[in-house]
Amino acid sequence: MTEIVTESILSVAGLSASIAGQQVVEDVSFEMLPVGVTALLGRNGVGKTSTLRAIMGLIERSGEVTIAGQRVDREPTHRIVQRGVGYVPEDREVFSSLTVAENLRLAERDSSPNRQLIHELFPDLTDRAGQLAGTLSGGQQQMVSLARALVNDNRVLLVDEPTKGLAPLIVMDVAKALERAAQTVPVLLVEQNLQVVRMLAEKAIVLEGGRVVYDGSAEELLSNEALTKELLGVA
Amino acid sequence: MSTIILLLITGLGLGALYFLVASGLSLIYGLMGVLNFAHGSFLTLGAFAGWELARRMDGSSWGTLIASLVLGMAVGAFVAAATEFLLIRRLYNRHIEQVLVTVGLALASVALFEGIWGTDAIYVTAPEWLSQTTEILGARVPNDRFLMIGAAVLVLLGIVAFLRYTRFGLIIRAGVENRSMVTALGIDVRKAFTVVFAIGGAAAGLGGVLASHYFGYVSPQLGGSLLIFAFIVTVIGGLGSLAGAAIASVVVAVLQQFANYFWGGTGDLMVVLLLAVVLLVRPTGILGKKA
Ligand SMILES: Nc1ncnc2c1ncn2[C@@H]1O[C@H](COP(=O)(O)OP(=O)(O)O)[C@@H](O)[C@H]1O
Ligand SMILES: [Mg+2]
Repeated sequence: MTEIVTESILSVAGLSASIAGQQVVEDVSFEMLPVGVTALLGRNGVGKTSTLRAIMGLIERSGEVTIAGQRVDREPTHRIVQRGVGYVPEDREVFSSLTVAENLRLAERDSSPNRQLIHELFPDLTDRAGQLAGTLSGGQQQMVSLARALVNDNRVLLVDEPTKGLAPLIVMDVAKALERAAQTVPVLLVEQNLQVVRMLAEKAIVLEGGRVVYDGSAEELLSNEALTKELLGVA
Repeated sequence: MSTIILLLITGLGLGALYFLVASGLSLIYGLMGVLNFAHGSFLTLGAFAGWELARRMDGSSWGTLIASLVLGMAVGAFVAAATEFLLIRRLYNRHIEQVLVTVGLALASVALFEGIWGTDAIYVTAPEWLSQTTEILGARVPNDRFLMIGAAVLVLLGIVAFLRYTRFGLIIRAGVENRSMVTALGIDVRKAFTVVFAIGGAAAGLGGVLASHYFGYVSPQLGGSLLIFAFIVTVIGGLGSLAGAAIASVVVAVLQQFANYFWGGTGDLMVVLLLAVVLLVRPTGILGKKA
C-alpha cells in the first residue's frame, strides 16, 4: 500500500506513424494515468485509431512507447500484447467465422482466464457460446471484443470507440462494463460519445491533425463549452 | 455404362491427387497470401524419397508401400517447413518477392533432382493388387484409384479435424479471416505459418508417392505437371477454401477424363475453359470469400 508509483503504465514520446507513405501521427507525446480512464479524443480522422495502432505495432512507427517502464517500440505486436496489453479495436474485429466461445478461447493468454468475470459482465455471451460471431448484433459483437480483452489480467487496456454505432441502451451497458474494468486496470479510451467520456474519464488528451493539442483534466475540457467546440467540434 | 463408371472413378482418383496438392496451396494462400510455386517440388521430392526407400526394400510388399507413403509425407513436411522458416518468412508481406523466390526454388529444385536422379522417368514397383482391377457395375477399375481416393479422403478429414479441434487449427482459421487481429491477441502467428507449410508439404509428399504409383514412374517433372492443375483447382474452388479445393479437384479431374474420352483428348482445354468461365461468372471461385 505504501509503494509509490514512479513510472506511468503507458507513455508515448515523439511517436510518429504513417500509412502508405502518409504521416497520420506526428510527434505525439502523452502519459496515461496509472489508474482509471484516460480519454484520447479528437474529431474524425485526426489520428486516434492510428495512435493506438502505432502503440500496438500494427502500423509502422517511430518514437518511444514505454509500458510499465519497458521500451516496446521495437517489438512485434504479439510481444507487446504478452506484456499485458488488452486491445479492443475500432469496429470490433471479431472473427465472424468462429463461434463466440472460440473467439474467447483464442484470446485467453493466462493459465487462469477470468471466465467468471466475463460471465458476470456479459451473461448473453454465455448463452450464445456456440453461435458464430458473425451472426451477432453489433452490440453483442462489441461484448465479444471487450470480453477478449477482459478475459486476461492486463496491465493496460486500449479501447477504440467501443460505443460506435450502438443503441443508447447498449451504450450504457458497454460504459458500465468499462467502468468495472477500469477499477482494476487503467484504460486508454478513444470515445466520441462525450456523455460516456464524462462518466468515465479523469484525464483527456485531444489530437488534431496527428498532434496533441490538449493534455489535461477531462472535466475542465468538457465543462468549457467553447474549448470543447473548438477541439472536438461538438458541445 | 461401364465406360462412364471407369471414367468417373479414374477422375476421382486423379482428383484425389489434385486435392493433395491443392489443399496445401489453398491453406497457405488463405493464411499468408503466398502463392507457393515451390509446392510441386515438395511433391517430387516426396515421390523420390518413397522410391529410394522402396528400391532398398521389397517393393512389392504392402509394408514397403506404407513405409514409403509415410516417408514421403515426412520429407514433404520437413522440406516445406524449412522453406517457410528459411525463405518465405523473411519476405513477410512482400508478395512479389515471395513469388520470385518460390518460382526460383521450383526451377532450381527440378535442376537439382535431374542432377541427382537423371532426366528419365524411373519406373516404380508396387504390391500386385495395385496393378490389378476390380469389377464395379461391369467396369474393370484399376485398384490404384481406390488407394488415391482413400488417401485423399483421409487427408481431407484429417485437415478438417485439425482445423476444428486443435489450438493451431483455431489460430489458422482466425488468421485466414484477420491475421493482424490474431497478433493483437498476443499470438505469434508465424508459428502457424510454419505449421501450415508442414501440413501442406506432408499432403504434397504423400501425393508424390501416390502419383508415382498412379502414373507408374517418378521423374523430376512430376510435381510441376500436377502443380499447374492444382493451381487451377485452387482458383476454381476459391483461393483459401479447403472445401472449395476438394469440390473443384473432383470437378476438374472428372471433366478432364470425360473430355479426353468423348471429345477427342480435349481434357486440358476443357479445364482451361472451365477456369475462364468460373473467373468470368464468379471471380472469387466456387467457395472463395468476396474481396
Ligand atoms: N488504411 C488507411 N489507408 C490510408 N489512410 C488511412 C488509413 N487509415 C486511416 N487513414 C488516414 O489516417 C488519418 C487518421 O485516421 P484515424 O487514425 O483512423 O483517425 P481517427 O481514429 O481519429 O478517426 C485519416 O486522415 C485517415 O484518412
Ligand atoms: Mg478511429
